Amino acid sequence: MNKPNERKLTIARAMAEAVAQEMRVDPSVFVMGEDIGKLGGVYGNTRGLLEEFGAERIRDTPISETAFIGAAVGAAQDGMRPVVELMFVDFFGVCFDAIYNLMAKNIYFSGGNFKVPMVLMTSTGGGYSDAGQHSQCLYGTFAHLPGMKVVCPSNAYDAKGLMTAAMRDDSPVVYMYHKSLQGMGWLATEPGATVHTPEESYTLEIGKAKVAREGSDVTIVSVGMGVHHALKAAAQLEEKGTSAEVVDLVSLVPLDRDTIRKSVAKTGRLIVVDEDYMSYGVSGEVIASVTEHDISVLKAAPKRVAYPDVPIPFARVMEQYCLPNPDKIVAAFDGMNAA
Amino acid sequence: MAPTREQQHWMYRNMVTSRKFEEAIAGIYFEGKTPVFSMADGPIPGEMHLSDGQEPVAVGVCAHLNAGDVVTATHRPHHQAIAKGVDLDKMAAEIFGKKSGLSGGRGGHMHLFDADVNFACSGIIAQGMGPAVGAALSRKMQNKPGVAVAFVGEGAVNQGGWHEAMNLAATWNLPFVCVIEDNAWGISVSKEDSTAISNNAERASAYGMPGVRIADNDPYAIFEAAGEAISRAREGKGPSLIEVETYRLAGHFMGDAEGYRPEGEKDALFEKDPIPKMRANMLADGMASVAELDTIEAEAAARVETAIKFARESADPAPEDALTSVFA
Ligand SMILES: Cc1ncc(C[n+]2csc(CCOP(=O)(O)OP(=O)(O)O)c2C)c(N)n1
Repeated sequence: MNKPNERKLTIARAMAEAVAQEMRVDPSVFVMGEDIGKLGGVYGNTRGLLEEFGAERIRDTPISETAFIGAAVGAAQDGMRPVVELMFVDFFGVCFDAIYNLMAKNIYFSGGNFKVPMVLMTSTGGGYSDAGQHSQCLYGTFAHLPGMKVVCPSNAYDAKGLMTAAMRDDSPVVYMYHKSLQGMGWLATEPGATVHTPEESYTLEIGKAKVAREGSDVTIVSVGMGVHHALKAAAQLEEKGTSAEVVDLVSLVPLDRDTIRKSVAKTGRLIVVDEDYMSYGVSGEVIASVTEHDISVLKAAPKRVAYPDVPIPFARVMEQYCLPNPDKIVAAFDGMNAA
Repeated sequence: MAPTREQQHWMYRNMVTSRKFEEAIAGIYFEGKTPVFSMADGPIPGEMHLSDGQEPVAVGVCAHLNAGDVVTATHRPHHQAIAKGVDLDKMAAEIFGKKSGLSGGRGGHMHLFDADVNFACSGIIAQGMGPAVGAALSRKMQNKPGVAVAFVGEGAVNQGGWHEAMNLAATWNLPFVCVIEDNAWGISVSKEDSTAISNNAERASAYGMPGVRIADNDPYAIFEAAGEAISRAREGKGPSLIEVETYRLAGHFMGDAEGYRPEGEKDALFEKDPIPKMRANMLADGMASVAELDTIEAEAAARVETAIKFARESADPAPEDALTSVFA
């Protein structure tokens, strides 16, 4: 059902295309990670790269995240632009020092004398019963620690532009892609993520949110998969006569607080949707961005639809009970009005 | 020390039970996942890492363990769980995400925990090492009997955590054994392409402990090496390392097309399937009669069928059970 001139790509293909285009023009870009070579990535986002660029620049690694992410930091400081993959964000546990004490701090420690131009791409999200070590989002964990930019595309157009921008950035960028948006062989994909993606190389500004849908009665802020829940909730709300605006954060660091504030100033109501754990995370930060700034714009207390503060269970009924979904967002809005 | 007749029967029974269990899971796994494969669907959602072909390691080692000994396992834990005596009904129910499962459906196939037989898992590579070393430390400090065994894949040996745990176990002279199941592949990356040396048992010398490599997935040689290592540990003589050449007859996970394997490799592995091989050996050695082995196989099949039936018929957890069991 493509319109003429439309070229729909999955996020996986958009990521691979961005990397390939950059590798063609910049010999300092190379890729490292587990199963990113012959397999083309567990999520398909490096497919075709080994065939085009060879094993010198597309490096399958041992299962040694501390070593190869640390190595990426060293290579980045020495003039390369590594793109490294942490297969599941949940695996940060075995290698976080390389990420938050090295990658995120070496620019600062060196007083800006070293650049650390690297991209750490990593998959997030659950909803398919992979249990608590393979389903987390951890957006707040990464966004909390200073020194790394954090981006999180909700569709293929953004995915490509963000990847190119990330590779060209002289600072480290954590690129978090949600498995349910990815478009890969082993998991169903949210159709809204597969969108028109221009063939030529382009960048998307890191740190800039988007209004994914305009509305006037309530602002629903989210990121990644949550944006699609928010859009579906907005469609449901519209049937009930409520006009919801959806803000796609796109980047978590820097956080585009202006766009959030502007939207809430217009609507007077705020719901934040986050698949990451509720407490100490993105949802609280978004709300604080508004309340600290000007609480008088709010017509109701803000609401959060986020993952409860429990490890992610395996069983489908339990996991689905915990995950955000459009119905929960609509219920949050109804609760807001009742209050 | 060769396994006795009884021990061989036990080993064979557990190998067959494990294989039949995996076959049953494999049969059910694709229910609801066709025509378009999506891991989220069907009665057994999520990833599924089967242990077909790796049974000799589990039985050769666990033949020397009792319920009080500690085992930590990996993302591929079914054969080890069965050999360690994890309750098969509750294990199956856990894999189906049922309330009657080992953990009420919270853990699933990569997180099998059975306190009754001191069995635990981690889906994070090499992260069974620390807890096994810690259990060994605890036994030593409490002056309680028992050894701790960490099963890992050969890929785990390239994790920092593996080396740290090995050094700790050796420095503190703990009753610990690390067993590496070398199936030559870490998902699509071969051992050859990811590991500086081909014989990981050599790494034992870096920690001043004995290390042996067993070729050809041989249950008898595994039994012997494990017997020696576990006796050493029980006698307070410290830790050991065993690497076993084994075969992954399944994909990395179910749905894996295995396009990365060289042509013909898989067929050659099936030729070396350890189960018919052990059966033939036992018959040749006069260690079992055809009737005995047939009975073992039939009983194993029945046991698996009961477990699967229990799992299928068990109730789902209540959705809000997700919020319980976070703290003790
Ligand atoms: C720290 C960490 N990195 C990566 C993974 C993803 N992963 C799961 S299984 C696997 C391959 C493991 O290979 P090996 O240890 O040899 O065990 P096998 O799968 O062959 O049984 C990888 C890379 C993980 N679970 N944990």
